[in-house]
Amino acid sequence: MSTERITKKLTFKTFRFNSETDFLPYFKTYEMEVGKDELVLDILNRIKWEFDGSFSYRRSCRHGICGACAIKVNGKPVLSCKQNVWELVDIFQTDTLLLEPQSKKRVVKDMIIDRSDFWKKHAQLKPYLEAEIDEHPEEEIKVSPKEAEELLEADYCIQCGSCYYACPVVEVNEEYFGPAQFAKAYRFNADVRDTAKTDRLETVREMGPGVWDCVKCFECAEACPKDVNPIEKITKLHNQLFEEGLAQDNVATRHAVGFKHSIIKHGILDEGELVRYSEGNIGVLKHLPEAIAMFKKGKIVMPWNMPKSKNLDEIQTLVKSSSKVKF
Amino acid sequence: MAELKYALYTGCTARESTPELLMSTMAVAKKLGIELVLLDEASCCGASHLQDFDDFLSLVLNARNICYAEKQGLDMVTICNTCQLNTVMTKERLDHDEDLKSQVNEKLAEVGLEYKGTSSVRHFLYAIIDDYGLDKLAEKVEKPLNDFNIAAFYGCHNIRPSHIHHKHNNKLIETDVGEGGGEEAFTTEEFMGKYNMHENPYNPNSLDRLIEALQGKSVDYESKNKCCGFHADLQAPKTANRLTGTALLDAIDNNADMMVTPCPLCHLNMDVKQHAVAKEMGRDIALPVLHLPQLVGLALGIDPKELGLQHHVAETQFA
Repeated sequence: MSTERITKKLTFKTFRFNSETDFLPYFKTYEMEVGKDELVLDILNRIKWEFDGSFSYRRSCRHGICGACAIKVNGKPVLSCKQNVWELVDIFQTDTLLLEPQSKKRVVKDMIIDRSDFWKKHAQLKPYLEAEIDEHPEEEIKVSPKEAEELLEADYCIQCGSCYYACPVVEVNEEYFGPAQFAKAYRFNADVRDTAKTDRLETVREMGPGVWDCVKCFECAEACPKDVNPIEKITKLHNQLFEEGLAQDNVATRHAVGFKHSIIKHGILDEGELVRYSEGNIGVLKHLPEAIAMFKKGKIVMPWNMPKSKNLDEIQTLVKSSSKVKF
Repeated sequence: MAELKYALYTGCTARESTPELLMSTMAVAKKLGIELVLLDEASCCGASHLQDFDDFLSLVLNARNICYAEKQGLDMVTICNTCQLNTVMTKERLDHDEDLKSQVNEKLAEVGLEYKGTSSVRHFLYAIIDDYGLDKLAEKVEKPLNDFNIAAFYGCHNIRPSHIHHKHNNKLIETDVGEGGGEEAFTTEEFMGKYNMHENPYNPNSLDRLIEALQGKSVDYESKNKCCGFHADLQAPKTANRLTGTALLDAIDNNADMMVTPCPLCHLNMDVKQHAVAKEMGRDIALPVLHLPQLVGLALGIDPKELGLQHHVAETQFA
């Protein structure tokens, strides 16, 4: 058996920028032989130790629990200490990998970014258990396994920011809380000991910063190195708003409820009516230019021509018997 | 090869605001000898919004849709990314939770139906690539697309979350790979080998391979796997317009002559909203955007009228 170590010659195009001294960011290229066992963190270390001592990045625990070393490679959010390098070569079918910070516009130095927006938003959603605790209880506070399962592993979050800086809404809407923040709000809302559920729901229901601005792209689910699946928690927060009677009457909630109205009537969605129902009779007018353009091209079905699902009576029976939520 | 035959879940959009999608799907299937049985009984999938309101109701309705494919003993194909994801997310939950499945079946029994889990659910794109085959498709090309730079726009719900995509769209993974993102899907070597041949959400290639089979030139641009923002169109129009605009301009800046997408919801944003998006972005935007079967149909020599190009809002006079 050969004991020779098998390696691949790889090129790392690395983002460099010092916000105190540099006018513009630039890329530096490092070439090295990389073994099958090496992680992205090994590469960051080697750049610093073998090439350039001034190269900066965050690292701490080295086993996927502190969340400090998250960066992006070829646009893929990775936790450096968990991500195998050969696997990236496989995914991107290339010998050149691009090492970048999570967010280029927040860079302090090289891979290090200013995460203050992440933490500020995080703090606004009461990311802690709020409960009246008897300091000298007769017996322990019991949480059953079934109740603990309700957290849906939202407590696995290590606040690495992978989902937050992968979220396209965060990129274009500075107010938006973000996926990690919502997952944390859900984590405590789902905790049977907690008493601040209403507070959190009243915060996340706001249009702009809140859950209704999610575009449902699943970037957060894909980015998470701990499989927290933040979008699942965002959906759960939507559900809680309706279940707790805290959903406000606005375009987003009417949009969700409007689907049910359409389905009862036609089985399939009445697109035009959904927009009218969501926006209201006056709000809908702002869609007029697009509606006219669509009408001219035969893209609008008139109410009297609206198609219906076959066996519509079945659908109506099921909507009646299976609806669990009221609005 | 045995005749290919599927149950087609059209979704709502193909019957209303994108009639050209249904026209072109049927025209291409006919030309390729693929039999599509329309599931006229199907309801709306809820598009993730009904799921925000009443999760259980959405499960029952989606299960009912699948029942109609099962009753005919056919695998289901979809032509909308969002229908695809919401249908397979229902399937995934029912197939792995006996208790939930019996709750749903209790309701379905009221209308004489039962969800069994016997039909697979895939986007038509992958049926063309994996079942029909790109080599065979390439032989059928009558009008090669070699004059065109074509930007593939994948649409979120076909490629993310990756474990759902791999299991259903590629029918590759038999075992359960967990609930979350895609990380544990990367753990074994054998798996990675399979993975590369197919779609990766960070480096998808199915549409690019399809474009090449039709002899077009696929455009390399960053936004190909990004979000168009459709699901926030009403409540956050600025967000949606910026996301759509970023992708359109990225394609244009990389010399795209046209864009192609397998998702009618992406298409609505990319095609119908170009004027509003241009205003938001402060730049002119004019890019023909085709549905996947329209692109295939043009290369197969099908009349553009039959493919419904006259139904587009953005100019499509490039052929």
